[in-house]
Amino acid sequence: MEGLLEVLRSARREAEQAEVFLVSSRAMPIQFEANELKQVQTKESSSIALRIFRKGRIGFAIASGEGGLEALVDMAVETSQFGSPANFQFPSSQDYLEVRIFAPKVEEIAMEGMVEIGEGLIAKIRGHTPDILCDVQVTKGASSISLVNSQGGQGRYDRSFFGLSLEGILVRDTDMLFVGDSESSCRPDFIGIDDLADKVIWQLEMAKKKATVSTKLLPIIFTPHGVASALLSPLVLAFNGKAVLEGASPLKDKLREQVFDKKLSLWDDATVAYGVGSYPFDDEGVPSQRLPLVTNGVVANFLYDLQTAALAGAHSTGNGQRVGGGFPSPAISSLILGGGDVSFQAMVEDMKEGLIVEQVIGAGQGNLLGGDFGGNVLLGYKVEHGEIVGRVKDTMIAGNVYQVLKELLGIGQEARWVGGILQTPPLYCSRVSVVTKGS
Amino acid sequence: MRDLIADALKGHDADYIEIHFEESQATNIVYRGERLEEISRARNSGGNVRALVRGSWGFVSFNRLDGLGEKVALALEEAKLASREPFKLFPTDPVVDTVMPQLKKAATAVLLAAKKELLDEYNDIILSSPKIQSSRINYRDARRQRIFANSEGSYIEQAKTDLTLRLTAIAREDNEVQQAGLSLGSNGEFSAVEGLHEQAREIARHAAALLSAPQVKGGEYTVILDPVLAGVFAHEAFGHLSESDFVYQNENLRQIMVLGKRFGGKHLNIIDDPTIPNLRGSYKYDDEGTPARKTYLIREGILVGRLHSRETAAKMGERATGNARAINYLFSPIVRMSNTFIESGSASFEEMLGGIEEGVYVKDWYGGTTGLEMFTFSAGEAYMIRQRRLAELLRPVVLTGNVFTTLQNIDAIGNDIEMNQGGGCGKGGQYPLPVSDGSPHIRIRHCVVGGR
Repeated sequence: MEGLLEVLRSARREAEQAEVFLVSSRAMPIQFEANELKQVQTKESSSIALRIFRKGRIGFAIASGEGGLEALVDMAVETSQFGSPANFQFPSSQDYLEVRIFAPKVEEIAMEGMVEIGEGLIAKIRGHTPDILCDVQVTKGASSISLVNSQGGQGRYDRSFFGLSLEGILVRDTDMLFVGDSESSCRPDFIGIDDLADKVIWQLEMAKKKATVSTKLLPIIFTPHGVASALLSPLVLAFNGKAVLEGASPLKDKLREQVFDKKLSLWDDATVAYGVGSYPFDDEGVPSQRLPLVTNGVVANFLYDLQTAALAGAHSTGNGQRVGGGFPSPAISSLILGGGDVSFQAMVEDMKEGLIVEQVIGAGQGNLLGGDFGGNVLLGYKVEHGEIVGRVKDTMIAGNVYQVLKELLGIGQEARWVGGILQTPPLYCSRVSVVTKGS
Repeated sequence: MRDLIADALKGHDADYIEIHFEESQATNIVYRGERLEEISRARNSGGNVRALVRGSWGFVSFNRLDGLGEKVALALEEAKLASREPFKLFPTDPVVDTVMPQLKKAATAVLLAAKKELLDEYNDIILSSPKIQSSRINYRDARRQRIFANSEGSYIEQAKTDLTLRLTAIAREDNEVQQAGLSLGSNGEFSAVEGLHEQAREIARHAAALLSAPQVKGGEYTVILDPVLAGVFAHEAFGHLSESDFVYQNENLRQIMVLGKRFGGKHLNIIDDPTIPNLRGSYKYDDEGTPARKTYLIREGILVGRLHSRETAAKMGERATGNARAINYLFSPIVRMSNTFIESGSASFEEMLGGIEEGVYVKDWYGGTTGLEMFTFSAGEAYMIRQRRLAELLRPVVLTGNVFTTLQNIDAIGNDIEMNQGGGCGKGGQYPLPVSDGSPHIRIRHCVVGGR
């Protein structure tokens, strides 16, 4: 904290207001490649960012390592000549709610123990499919965030991290099958090795046979992975206060309007206990909260940081986040899509002909801002007469989230976390364009 | 510095140790609509130690140089946790060298005021065009000075600059939002981003035109790819498959990617070459100190080579190609492309159009990704081809396919060529790595085009 205050003091000599943000982290990833332990790593990094208001304009600089600190104030002053007008205040001193994001146990996990976890996971998967090649990563880590500003605002917290991920590849002739799953949490005991292995084994089972599909409109069940892979990006983009402010978001005039299916509720929640996206205050010192984005299909809120909120005549929602310690921007913390009342099994049984989509590649290349999604189905299964009949290949899907999520056939009961930042059930959608080769 | 590193490398029980240290400076300018959203500068320094002990690697990254000896010891300790089959790295001669960029007008030396003035001009052009709702401009220049030293006696200092610019025009009418963009870059030469006023006007016109353009009817078409998109295709569809770290431990993949196998027609040549001067993917030594060299991946349709690090080369009994690259000091070098391209052929654009009753002409780049066997890449601009002529403008399209059949389905290669310097490549969490790719126009039969 002393280093931060020193930077703040020297910045104050040049600027009306100033804010100093420090992030330092230590991570230890253990990597298995092709079923064998390849590399053990220790990664340490820290950076310090300075934001100033000088002559009414915003300046920004970031530094890490030796010699950077001295240059910090000069660089921020230089950029402030051209920066946008300072239209907000840095938040003053306040009390932050406690959000549970640190588990001291993470520190105690020995590298040998992490090696065993990886070996155990690979052994389970190979017990089912001996010739699969697995890349596994087991990671533990911790980061600490400190922030001070010239208006009296001050905060500090530590967050622990534990993650487990597996990617398996099975090659037969020129046929390649990719399976995989991952979990992460601030608490290592929240990560279930058996659970992860079971999910991957289910994928392998479902993909054993091949199925064919023809070009037409079909119902699709997006599994939680499928939701993350295909639908999440276009959906989230529209709630970003910046896209709303500039009028590029299709939701810009839709606040308090019914845009999605009544069954659909979505919120951003930075207070989830031990969520890897959780925090007591955001990267600008604004308290975190549980923010409804969609309530029963009605658009409820957008995501704001301080600067965007000031321009939009709104308040920061505590979503000002910095990638790599850099310039703050509105972003999700953890997204939660509310569970429904249909079991996954019932969705499958309801389908006469359709697809289950787990993983799409090339999603996020289309007109995301307009809500388009689409891509090649890397992992997906065909359903015929209520039964999963096998894996599909050479198949593309395409659609628009505003059409697909307007009327859903069903929302699943079985919600789960994907990638540590999205909790979602499966979504059962009607009439999505499916295009395949040779038809 | 050299003595400090030499001391730290001495007297350890390891098969191989290397130390990287780097300092970097960067400038970022971001516009969103008429607002200058971010203007920032950064200074970064840090390094890493990588050690190989009996077949496995330990890796330690850090911001501060003090206690370098202990960091080397930690990397060794980590490496000893694993127990793979021991191997010897592909031998390279120790090199002592210094490499500095030669630029006429380095972007990093241009005044901030001049950069902003130029970007303001582009932004004004876009925003004053009809039906334009907003814009995006992302400008970045950076300079990295790197030191590489290893336990075999190499000591290489390399400085490299990089520049990227993306201009995006966002058009809106009622609830319809469409966008068009231009993505380019250079080895740090500022002239690459000067004089783009006409292009800025053009992307704004294009975004507005997309508002009333129809969506392609999804299905199989004969497609012509422009040099930009064909370059992305070479990179995504084939380039990644040539990276040996995907292949070297996978017996089945090794069978598929066996040298001497036919992948395409006699007209097809695909090359990776970091030694071409002044491209974004150019360098003299890779991040393992291996001298860069030109590698033919496909020659006359036959698979003749692949990209290697010292480890993958050793394990496959082939030569290291100088393609081990790390995005920065927080990461280990992994096998990456540099400048990847399809060599030009003999067909004119008219000849290519000549054989098509109904098809799609796809241009420009939105993105691309690969699942090795399957790939997708998306076009920023697309037109129907009807009765051997270019017809109506289409909404952006996504193309997908299977690498092996698609390479065979290339039936014409143009007599032009162009290198695309925009964007960056991502792999293993390391993004964006400066690369370039290129191609002449190419024609592909039976390509799946997505739409509704």
